[in-house]
Amino acid sequence: MNEGRSPAFYALSLFFALFVLFLYGPTIVIFILSFQGPTGGLTFPLNGVSVHWFGKLWAGGGIVDIAGAFKRSLALGLVVMILTVVLSLLAGLAFRKRFVGSDLLFYVTVASLIVPSIVTSLGIALEFRLIDDLIKQHGPAWLADGFQTSLGNFTSGLGAHLTWTLPFGLLVMFAIFNRFDGRYEEAARDLGATPWQSLRYVILPIILPSLVGVGLFGFTLSWDEIARSSQVMGEHNTLPMELQGLTTTVTTPEIYALGTATTGVSFGVIAMALFAIAILRARQARHGSDAGRA
Amino acid sequence: MSSRNLDRFGVPGWLQAAPFGLVFAAFFIVPLILVVIVSFWDYNDYQMMPAFITRSYTDSFEGCLTKLPDLCTIFKTYLSTAKFCLIVWALTLVIGFTVAYFLAFHIRTQTTQMVLFLVCTIPFWTSNVIRMVSWIPLLGRNGLVNQMLVGGHIVDRPVEWLLYSQFSVALAFVHLFSFFMVAPIFNSMMRIDRHLIEAAYDGGASGWQMLTNVIIPLSKPGIAIGSIFVVTIVMGDFITFGVMGGQQIASAGKAIETRLSALQFPPAAANAVILLGATMLIIGVLNRIVDIRKEL
Repeated sequence: MNEGRSPAFYALSLFFALFVLFLYGPTIVIFILSFQGPTGGLTFPLNGVSVHWFGKLWAGGGIVDIAGAFKRSLALGLVVMILTVVLSLLAGLAFRKRFVGSDLLFYVTVASLIVPSIVTSLGIALEFRLIDDLIKQHGPAWLADGFQTSLGNFTSGLGAHLTWTLPFGLLVMFAIFNRFDGRYEEAARDLGATPWQSLRYVILPIILPSLVGVGLFGFTLSWDEIARSSQVMGEHNTLPMELQGLTTTVTTPEIYALGTATTGVSFGVIAMALFAIAILRARQARHGSDAGRA
Repeated sequence: MSSRNLDRFGVPGWLQAAPFGLVFAAFFIVPLILVVIVSFWDYNDYQMMPAFITRSYTDSFEGCLTKLPDLCTIFKTYLSTAKFCLIVWALTLVIGFTVAYFLAFHIRTQTTQMVLFLVCTIPFWTSNVIRMVSWIPLLGRNGLVNQMLVGGHIVDRPVEWLLYSQFSVALAFVHLFSFFMVAPIFNSMMRIDRHLIEAAYDGGASGWQMLTNVIIPLSKPGIAIGSIFVVTIVMGDFITFGVMGGQQIASAGKAIETRLSALQFPPAAANAVILLGATMLIIGVLNRIVDIRKEL
């Protein structure tokens, strides 16, 4: 049935091309406009080409503490990434066995994706505010004196981000272990490997490229998160939150420069991850035995 | 995979899942319970106070009975949000299905398939706000679209409704969240046994019959999952409505945010409970159309 291309193929190709243009077009436009000349405005035409707005962004003049927000988001993204990989891997291993409450845990995880982010964010904010009240009223003096708030990037903020990244991590782990050939593990065990050895020397090397994918989800989803972050970051906003605030106040191409810089980080991380996956896959193909292959 | 043999091998499953489960207990289950509890609390300008009153709910539904047949604020808000849900759902479904169909059935090599799927996925890994902002130079009063329309003498003066309007909100939703349709539908389609397609083809099915009798029914799980994602995202959204609507368009999610910016936690929590109820209702209806658990 695959001889020759049907007219439908060309129509669908055109549709797909338009879809890709729709996805990337606007991003390309603000990429170009972020190099707007010093006298240029928010729209075309370009009044010369310069890195003026990037310089202005870096100097931080006028705008809120962008450099600080940038560093905070980067640090939080890295911590979220590591925790997402480790916790999802452990949970993924657990779901291969039967354990009490596995159904419940699965439904809770899916629910976390579906419950509106603002509701989760509000709940976490309430939780930490009530903890604050408890500490202020009943906490020991060394803690209660001068106590401000327990809300912060790495307390409530970290938790909020994990409720968003972990479900994706677990779904990717399911996809990984659905394709995983359990016979490798059984062979390792039959040869006397301990559970740790079979994890370390058999399972991990096989699934490593996919784990990089889990990490990619962990970092990028955290790096761009706003809805869940909105109520829980305490006094220090993350980069996308600052950016959202700027959409109503900034009327210069500086905001495009910030957009290009942020998207640049995302693309850098995506490229690194895809590159790492490709290298790991190639290594596996080179070193892997052909035993058991048809 | 022989899961039975793994059961007694190594660390017990519940222990391995414990850290993962604790995160959801501490940052999802307990917070949701607190939202329900606090929605019954009392409040004043400075603080919230433990109580059991329905003030936050009665305030939210104020005038809903007395004003009839006119709609009260909360009904209007939910109706408007539901309208966006329907429009965005229909558009993302058509686009998502077409793209997934093209990738799954018209691309011949697996490598090309994966590369093109990745092309659709990469924007999902970049910032939503920036993707919203990037429509400004296109749709603004002096944006590219208006420059072309005016330059081509199609309109006399710039079109105003392109940006900060219902149109731009719907456009941004489709732009941002088509991926949530493409991915699950593509996944469902990739699982369809190719022999079924060949059998239908050999049986003399036309392309259209193949689509409506084989592919669409078998893609239903993906369609249902994608629909749940898209509808719940639009229901609870406040950022896209805010940024693309110029802070002028009401939505169920924005109603909560407005209360929160005034630090009125109990009414915000009551609105959150109402939103949660509405969301579950929609999922229940979708679940009736397709039994999602069975289809998984």
